[in-house]
Amino acid sequence: MEYFLQQLVNGVTLGSIYGLVAIGYTMVYGIIGMINFAHGDIFMIGSFVSLIVILGLFSVGITWIPLALVLVLAISMMITSAWGWIVERLAYRPLRNSFRLAPLITAIGMSITLQNFVQIVQGARVKPLPPVITGHFTLMEKDGFAVQISLMQIIIIMTTIFLMMAFSWLIGNTGLGRAQRACEQDRTMAALLGIDVDRTISLTFVIGAALAAVAGLMYLLYYGVIDFYIGFVAGIKAFTAAVLGGIGSLPGAMLGGLVIGLIETFWSAYFSVEYKDVAAFSTLAIVLIFMPSGLLGKPETEKV
Amino acid sequence: MKTLLATLSALAVFAFLSDHASADISIATAGPMTGQYASFGKQMKDGAEMAVKDINAAGGILGKKIKLYIEDDACDPKQAVAVANKVAGAGVVFMAGHFCSGSSIPASKVYEEEGIVQISPASTNPKLTDEGGPNIFRVCGRDDQQGATAAAYIVKHFKDSKIAILHDKTAYGKGLADQTKMAMEKLGKKADMYEAITAGEKDYTALVTRMKAAKIDIVYLGGYHTEGGLIVRQMRDQGMKTRLIGGDALVTAEFWSITGDAGEGTLMTFSPDPRKNPSAAPLVRRFRDAGIEPEGYVLYTYAAIQAWKQAAEKAGTVAPSKVTEVLHSGMKFKTVLADLSFDKKGDVTLPGYVFYIWSKGKYDYVK
Repeated sequence: MEYFLQQLVNGVTLGSIYGLVAIGYTMVYGIIGMINFAHGDIFMIGSFVSLIVILGLFSVGITWIPLALVLVLAISMMITSAWGWIVERLAYRPLRNSFRLAPLITAIGMSITLQNFVQIVQGARVKPLPPVITGHFTLMEKDGFAVQISLMQIIIIMTTIFLMMAFSWLIGNTGLGRAQRACEQDRTMAALLGIDVDRTISLTFVIGAALAAVAGLMYLLYYGVIDFYIGFVAGIKAFTAAVLGGIGSLPGAMLGGLVIGLIETFWSAYFSVEYKDVAAFSTLAIVLIFMPSGLLGKPETEKV
Repeated sequence: MKTLLATLSALAVFAFLSDHASADISIATAGPMTGQYASFGKQMKDGAEMAVKDINAAGGILGKKIKLYIEDDACDPKQAVAVANKVAGAGVVFMAGHFCSGSSIPASKVYEEEGIVQISPASTNPKLTDEGGPNIFRVCGRDDQQGATAAAYIVKHFKDSKIAILHDKTAYGKGLADQTKMAMEKLGKKADMYEAITAGEKDYTALVTRMKAAKIDIVYLGGYHTEGGLIVRQMRDQGMKTRLIGGDALVTAEFWSITGDAGEGTLMTFSPDPRKNPSAAPLVRRFRDAGIEPEGYVLYTYAAIQAWKQAAEKAGTVAPSKVTEVLHSGMKFKTVLADLSFDKKGDVTLPGYVFYIWSKGKYDYVK
């Protein structure tokens, strides 16, 4: 039981990180029906920016952790959002009315470009950050096995839940959200009714990148080690999560992230660490056979 | 138009010929210059550059200058073969590489076919020289020696401890873990857990919890420092005091920058530290003056090039077949590591492995 609980804590934390990244994939897909493969790399840039800002703040003497973190979050979200905007402006907007596969290819190109850019500018070595947020709580203890949850894990789970709710509200109840939903349904009609489609799409990318910055910071603080390649690995898993949950659906992304995180963790816990990815991707395949639009996705009705 | 083309091609041929006539001798080093093991690639690059600089400053080899190619295999077997073909096409006669066994072994097939001398400074998997051709050598030890040393130490010092053996599925990692496991079983100690991890991942919490529940005291890792560092960090996060024991792929200061103080007490096997040789002192000082700490495999790469140079001078040619003969002849080569020679397989005759302990950011012999 204690063992199960501890693994549950591990799995939920991992799932939350996947979910945070997955929201970015799902939002963009929901609006322009395109997979933004560069999102994983925006996440990676977010964590690099966070690292640079943290080290910068420490070096100028701001070492009070709560203040430092708020500053890091704000600066990193701003800079990463700018990256998201640039990516959209350069790689996707010029191809808005091109055939469907064109932006997919530029997305892959963008992803490789960003990876190589960071590799050249920051070097290929891993970048460590000493533990910043320490401390943990013991939930229960039996036979010398303590179930622990660290402060960092609590922060990650809370952040994810909060952002999930905030974004559901944003899409459901604000002008921007209405514009996003309108663009999702019919871009031409939305434009005729006075919605600035380009602006709405740009804003979606900016918001997605800001979320990726949050995820990047969480990742950096939790694992303490980043490199230029993390975007690829995390991106694949998050994309899987988004598809599993039903791409285009925000709660779906969250749910998908949790499911993937939990499957990986519990498979490692009770079967073999070696085959956890096999387990995760098999689940995806099985779910898609029976529910082609994912767990919470809306079935696509083909317009004739 | 035709005349122009003819002139151009004539010029091109001429340029090629003249380039060939005054050509330097080309040698290469290859390793993970990029990717997560790039700190080892840098060690090789530093060692090789210094060696080539020193040889050229002393008048080159057989009256010719050496030109060094530095190639990146990213520890990827496919890329390693591509690199091998590339340097073969460039007319390289000697390869002081690669780093990862998983790269060295497939690349060695190319060198064997092309007749290029390969002396790996770092690849420890037994297969490299067991299955490699006559022109394949190494100046480091073998994982069967390394595994035996590790197993003997573990059985002696941690007889009643519970031990988990992990590996990262690479030729090096799995090879070393299996050698250690075998040697331990011969000495009558069974591993309590044997698991494979995936290199490049960051989340090992599920595995760590599993080891915690199994009350593992010692983790033996066949793998590299990035994974080792993360596992140590996540073990401490979950309040475990379990000690990590690793192989020679932890010999980089980057290990400590990942673990921080959590790395205190980590043990690893590595050959005796060449930096401590009195005869190496002047060279070590020159490295430090250049801002390079000659840790890990820096001096091994330097030594591989030294051995090759002496063999070529003895042979009076850089033709790989002649150099190979000299290398196999049992001749003693004066290198920064020690006076060494190669056996029939191409393995080096150097003392085997010793135990090191990480403490306060540095590694040193276990007292």
